[in-house]
Amino acid sequence: MITILKPGLLTTIQDLGRFGFQKYGVITSGAMDQLAFRIANLLVGNQENQAGMEITLIGPTMRFETDLLISICGADITPMINGDKVRLFRPIFVKKGSILAFGTAQNGCRAYLAVAGGINVPFVMNSSSTYLRAKIGGFHGRKLKSGDRLLLQSPSAAARKMISKFTEKTPSNQFTEMNWFVDSGLFPKYKNNRIVRVITGREFDLFSKESQRKIFQESYVVTSKSDRMGYRLLGSPLFLEKQFEMLSEAVSFGTIQVPADGNPIVLLADRQTTGGYPRIAQIITVDFPVVAQAKPGDFLSFVRISHEEAQMLYIEREHEIKRLKKAIELKYY
Amino acid sequence: MVIVVEFRVRFYPLGDTAVILQIKEDSNCKQLHKIIQTLSAQLDHSPPVWMNEYIPSFQTVAIFYDPLKVPFTGSSFHFPYDYVCNELQQRMAKLPNSQSIDQEIVEIPICYGGELGPDLTFVANYNGLSIDEVIRIHSSGDYLVYMIGFSPGFPYLGGLSDKIAAPRRATPRLNIPARSVGIAGNQTGIYPIETPGGWQIIGRTPVNLFRPNHKIPSLLRAGDRIKFKAISLKEYLELEEKN
Repeated sequence: MITILKPGLLTTIQDLGRFGFQKYGVITSGAMDQLAFRIANLLVGNQENQAGMEITLIGPTMRFETDLLISICGADITPMINGDKVRLFRPIFVKKGSILAFGTAQNGCRAYLAVAGGINVPFVMNSSSTYLRAKIGGFHGRKLKSGDRLLLQSPSAAARKMISKFTEKTPSNQFTEMNWFVDSGLFPKYKNNRIVRVITGREFDLFSKESQRKIFQESYVVTSKSDRMGYRLLGSPLFLEKQFEMLSEAVSFGTIQVPADGNPIVLLADRQTTGGYPRIAQIITVDFPVVAQAKPGDFLSFVRISHEEAQMLYIEREHEIKRLKKAIELKYY
Repeated sequence: MVIVVEFRVRFYPLGDTAVILQIKEDSNCKQLHKIIQTLSAQLDHSPPVWMNEYIPSFQTVAIFYDPLKVPFTGSSFHFPYDYVCNELQQRMAKLPNSQSIDQEIVEIPICYGGELGPDLTFVANYNGLSIDEVIRIHSSGDYLVYMIGFSPGFPYLGGLSDKIAAPRRATPRLNIPARSVGIAGNQTGIYPIETPGGWQIIGRTPVNLFRPNHKIPSLLRAGDRIKFKAISLKEYLELEEKN
């Protein structure tokens, strides 16, 4: 069990999302940076989709009530165990009674905490993800608060072996970081000016020639009106050649839509299923983590690539994750 | 990128893991809706292995797919998108022309006006009608659910009488209570969960439209027909109790 001592700014339980119900208007939710989330799970011997914690900008403090194997991936929100800084992207064995405290994000926006076995929350519509607005999923459909006690699922056989190996080696109230870690070009550099690759959106041709140029020439700042639903961007405004009324239809993660005021909105994990604003561009899947780790004040610059390239990059990325998964499995045996 | 097929269908990518299938625009509204319903039923009945899910709307169906589940055929590499478009094209060609679709008629009770419908007076005044006339017109209409979107279980309904159309509020409300019934332009709809919104609120239903613990979490589905029934506050409270 894990007891939450301080909740942080926005700490929620997520998995890879709630799929199959968008036709009923139910949003997908799920981890914003799915790459970091998946790797965090793999590092502790979990399936990629097991429930973990998404930690945003200012992190929580928690006490581990049992010996555990954990990993933290994504943004560096200065995690400390019993006062000692711990490193990201590796499994960490922690003794019962240890306290994990996060600070504020040094780079990036969201960190993912995976525990061996995953967090035990009921499945709602096939998913553990928190859907804040509908108050369902995750931990009682809400963000975590002080005093919450999270139950855990039992770890995989491989993780159990690892835990028993380190139980004896580690003094009580202490922790052991594994000496191996994921050092992969996969993870985006968490810089303040991020290059994001896009393909053109369905209504791209309806934007003025000037707007079609500007979106690729100018950079756009992520404003404070940004959350898991979407980022509102500010920069050179984008306009249609002539106004037209669109009928609502499907949007997806990474859709860049532009309301009449000309300021683009990037749709993210908690987006609505359908939208009625013209879509100038669509961020490619492999660059979702770059966007998910941008925080208010960061700049995004969009670069256009072809749809074929985007699909090639997608396939390569998935193969790379498979290789990584194999390499981690070898470390466990 | 755009493929035109016999069935007067066009394909557009929605990012690298989805395709939007658009039925040609000059088909009439009801016919178009029927084609989309037939395709949806077909995708439910025999989902392709590479499909993750689909989202139907007024003119289109978006099909989300897993590029890694698209098979390699022989030695030549097909882009997942091209493969998926081809498969969908074949499905569309074989789509039955007049498949009978289960069409449910759902009766939804509404308590109009008062605290539950604070904008009913505005809608009446705007259209030069009495409150009773607005209620009579709204509750005697025959509505069709064109699509579900915006929030879980929210129906986009066709069939509102022009006589009670009303513009959106200039300033949207920050919180519209769940199950509120609204009018915006010539559309009417019901908010399944508490959300911000700019529609004119004319009443509330005691019936839950979003049911997360049901196998199908939305009370309504695209293609359903809806009848509204005016009920008293007393009946409303009794029915709400049962929820």
